[in-house]
Amino acid sequence: MPTQEAVCSKEQAVIKCDSVYKIFGDNAKKMLQSSQGNVDAKTFQDAGCIVGVNNASFEVYEGELLVVMGLSGSGKSTLLRCISRLSDATSGSVFIDGQDIMAMNNKQLIELRRNKMGMVFQSFALLPHKTVLENIAFPLQVKGVSTQDSIKKAMEMVELVSLGGRENYFPRQLSGGQQQRVGIARSLAVEPDIWFLDEPFSALDPLIRKEMQDEFLRLQSVLNKTILFITHDFDEALRLADRIAIMKDGVIEQLDTPANIILNPATDYVHKFTEEVPREKVLRIESVMDPVDKTEEISDLVVSKDAIIETVAEAVLSQQKAVSVIDENGEVVGALHCSHVINVLFGSSAQKAN
Amino acid sequence: MNYSSKQPKVIQFAFLLVVFFTLYFLIGPADSNFFWRLPPLIKELPLLINNAANYLMFEWMPIDVYDPEIEEYEQRALVKQITRAISGALLFSIEFIREILLGGVKTIVTFSSWDFVSENKWARWPALPWTVVAGGAILLGYKLQGKGLAFLAAFATSYIAIFGQWEPSMETLSFVLIAAPISVILGLALGVWAFKSRRVDTTLQPLLNVAQTMPHYSYLVPVMVFFGVGDHAGAIATVIFATPPMVRLTLLGLKKVSPEVVEAGMMSGCSNYQLLFKVVIPTARHDILIGVNQVIMQCLAMAVIASFIGAKGLGFNLLLALNQLRIGQALELGICITLIAVVLDKLSLAWANKQTDYFSDLSFFERHKYSLLFLAVFVAGTLLAYIGTFFFKEGFNYFYIIPHNKGITTENFWQAGVDWIWDTFFFSLKAFNVFLITKVLMPMKAAYLGMPVIATFVLVMGTAFILGRLRSALIVGGFLLFIALTEWWDRALITAYMATFGVIVSSIIGITVGTLCSQNKFSSKAILLVCDTFQTFPSFIYLIPVIMLFGVTDTSVLIAVIVYATIPATRYTVEGLRSVPPELHDAGSMSGVNRFQRWVSIELPLAFPHMMLGINQTVVFALFMVIIGAMIGTDDLGQFILKALSDKNGIGNGLTLGLCVAFIGLAVDQILRTWANERKKALGLN
Repeated sequence: MPTQEAVCSKEQAVIKCDSVYKIFGDNAKKMLQSSQGNVDAKTFQDAGCIVGVNNASFEVYEGELLVVMGLSGSGKSTLLRCISRLSDATSGSVFIDGQDIMAMNNKQLIELRRNKMGMVFQSFALLPHKTVLENIAFPLQVKGVSTQDSIKKAMEMVELVSLGGRENYFPRQLSGGQQQRVGIARSLAVEPDIWFLDEPFSALDPLIRKEMQDEFLRLQSVLNKTILFITHDFDEALRLADRIAIMKDGVIEQLDTPANIILNPATDYVHKFTEEVPREKVLRIESVMDPVDKTEEISDLVVSKDAIIETVAEAVLSQQKAVSVIDENGEVVGALHCSHVINVLFGSSAQKAN
Repeated sequence: MNYSSKQPKVIQFAFLLVVFFTLYFLIGPADSNFFWRLPPLIKELPLLINNAANYLMFEWMPIDVYDPEIEEYEQRALVKQITRAISGALLFSIEFIREILLGGVKTIVTFSSWDFVSENKWARWPALPWTVVAGGAILLGYKLQGKGLAFLAAFATSYIAIFGQWEPSMETLSFVLIAAPISVILGLALGVWAFKSRRVDTTLQPLLNVAQTMPHYSYLVPVMVFFGVGDHAGAIATVIFATPPMVRLTLLGLKKVSPEVVEAGMMSGCSNYQLLFKVVIPTARHDILIGVNQVIMQCLAMAVIASFIGAKGLGFNLLLALNQLRIGQALELGICITLIAVVLDKLSLAWANKQTDYFSDLSFFERHKYSLLFLAVFVAGTLLAYIGTFFFKEGFNYFYIIPHNKGITTENFWQAGVDWIWDTFFFSLKAFNVFLITKVLMPMKAAYLGMPVIATFVLVMGTAFILGRLRSALIVGGFLLFIALTEWWDRALITAYMATFGVIVSSIIGITVGTLCSQNKFSSKAILLVCDTFQTFPSFIYLIPVIMLFGVTDTSVLIAVIVYATIPATRYTVEGLRSVPPELHDAGSMSGVNRFQRWVSIELPLAFPHMMLGINQTVVFALFMVIIGAMIGTDDLGQFILKALSDKNGIGNGLTLGLCVAFIGLAVDQILRTWANERKKALGLN
């Protein structure tokens, strides 16, 4: 059964962070040792240290899309750089497929990056002296793949990100969205298992951003990578994520599914993000349905548990009785009551009025 | 409003001037008065340098060396041995390229002996016919960029051939083809090293500052002492001079590479080597290529100066022509140098930017098209040269190597032109010359020389203090003190007077022209293009036309200084004014300013820091030209440096005098740069 498999793969985390700290400053290590794991940003700042990441522990499972959300200076990019070891964590350990990357030497690290990791950058970070094709072939070429093979593979990637016909352009001749497509193609050229995206769409215009998000979801549905996605845009996080980690001042405030974050914000800080979110546009039926009650009368209407509430609200509210909810195999997994839907649609404003 | 609290610097400066003039008129010339002139306490410095250099060269660390001539070991100093090895290697490389281009026996001699060569008449390396070299250059230009560059190469090679300058041009080329790559590689290596290590960076910066402000001549003496005289010595002097800008620009480019690009390289799995050569350096290529351009320009500018210590080629001939006042020939040679510089620069640029086509499925002939074409050119050229032997007499085969100075020459035309100018405008030119010298230059020189040393210190250090606080004042004071304690203070004052005159006139012209041209996009572009073109001329070229008009006088030097130093003043003014954001123009227009008000109250203040950097460059350029002007007779520091060249113990004098010139430049640099930076900070520019 598919659910069983999911549980199996969940047991083996692809990325695992174990109390990772990153502190900038000359005597960061000493300060951290003397604080005995109790890091207070203010005392550190007085001592001339800046806390980037404060005790981050979490796991990312195979095929999962974890979004790390936080405002600028929250340490989200720093966390990503600790995981990819672009910078060394001050303390704690990071495991990729069970291997401790903090213990790796330079050679092993290069090997890991050449085969398992791909990364997309906010400012695209394309090599200005290479064409689209050469940029995409670059990770293959540094690996030692022959020019002919790497160009062939790069050409496939060009098609994948729909840039066909522009392969001989230089980055400066492309628009922002097109440049980021090249960045995405480059990061996927070596067919990595793990995909890091550092605010990939932040530098783009809203319309292009939407288009790129759709493109990204399409790619992920084909490729099914393990993804760590960084963003400062809460809506983007909701749209894309399997799970969201919300960071503030280096601390992960809450790590949960989008629905749980909206329904049960763990801290005031998280609440500030969730209160303005139109829930009906984000929540799925699954998160507001009740368990099946055999005694209850059920209407003829059937909705999928993965449907967004807004898309079915009108139909559900026109029913007198509860609506049955089915999963992807067509089995009934729950019942949906109008009152819950009304609560989602108008609940927050009703609360405010009181 | 209280004016003094609003403009404290103006009040301070006025006060400073009052003190300066009081001192100026109070203290009269008297040799015993230390306020008038400081005693030359470091008079012995040149001697010390001489002794140190001699000790290093001939006595320090003796090692046993096997001498094959006398078949015995003998003792030689380590440094001498090393410099000999370097000289040998360089000389061999230069000769090798030279003999490919011009033919000869020296390469064969290196592997055999003079006896072998004189016994075997056939043992002579044949030259490439000039047609082959020209064809090769055209093909290379076409391959790297296309028709434009091919045409330029064709023009340059045929110009050189037609004017009968083939031999000296190839001599210069062989020298540049060795010196330029060494400078580029050395500069790149040092730049990367400084980028990797902070400590190297901080040690290198002051050295680069001094190296870039030292006059060309003062390198020549130490090079001569350590490496002897000849093409190799010229190459070494050139390398020393051309490397600093390369280091600077490499470092600048590397520092500008965005950290995300480096991270992208790392995440692509680059090893350290790949990261450096495939990601970081190519990304910084824009600035690095400007560095390469600078190196090529410096190499050709040095071609003339290097001929003082035995480099053959165009430079030597140009020097000769200038000394004989053969203006037409000097002009033709100058154009040769400029053409070689431009072609080499464009070729290197095109090479760095060339693109690969991955998809074309080419046949053998298509893939090796250019090699095959070159082969064809080679065969055709050789055949032509062979046929030429039937037509022309020995040594005058125009299809093989154009004999020197046996081409067309326009010398008579130019000489006639000069004569005509002299005949027609003699009195007005002379009147202008006399007026300038007696009414402006002589009084100004006298005023500078009549300045008590204490007054100079007060003025310069005071200005530095007002504009950059105590730190600046102390640094500038240090530079000045060094010069004041040598025995050349008076000479330094003369250099300063000539430079000041040049800078003032250049700044006025540059700022006016720059302001006018920056009014619209088209004229800005045009003037920047003119600046670019003028900057490609090696500095010596500027002396040719002014000698034509004004003969060998101070006026000539000053006009050359003004022409040369106006370039940066104009360029930086245009750049500064054009970089004022258009929103501010709009904001100004909406506040109802007219054009002039906009210039005074919006554009000028915002462009000011950048313009200050331009004036800074103007000072450096002016100093250079003043020193080069020593060639045509001045009585400042430059003349003494030139004299040091012919002195066996000149190394100490040459270096100390060079430092004096460098320190004048650095003092001005310190004052202007801190001022510009402070203004930048105040305006929130970066």
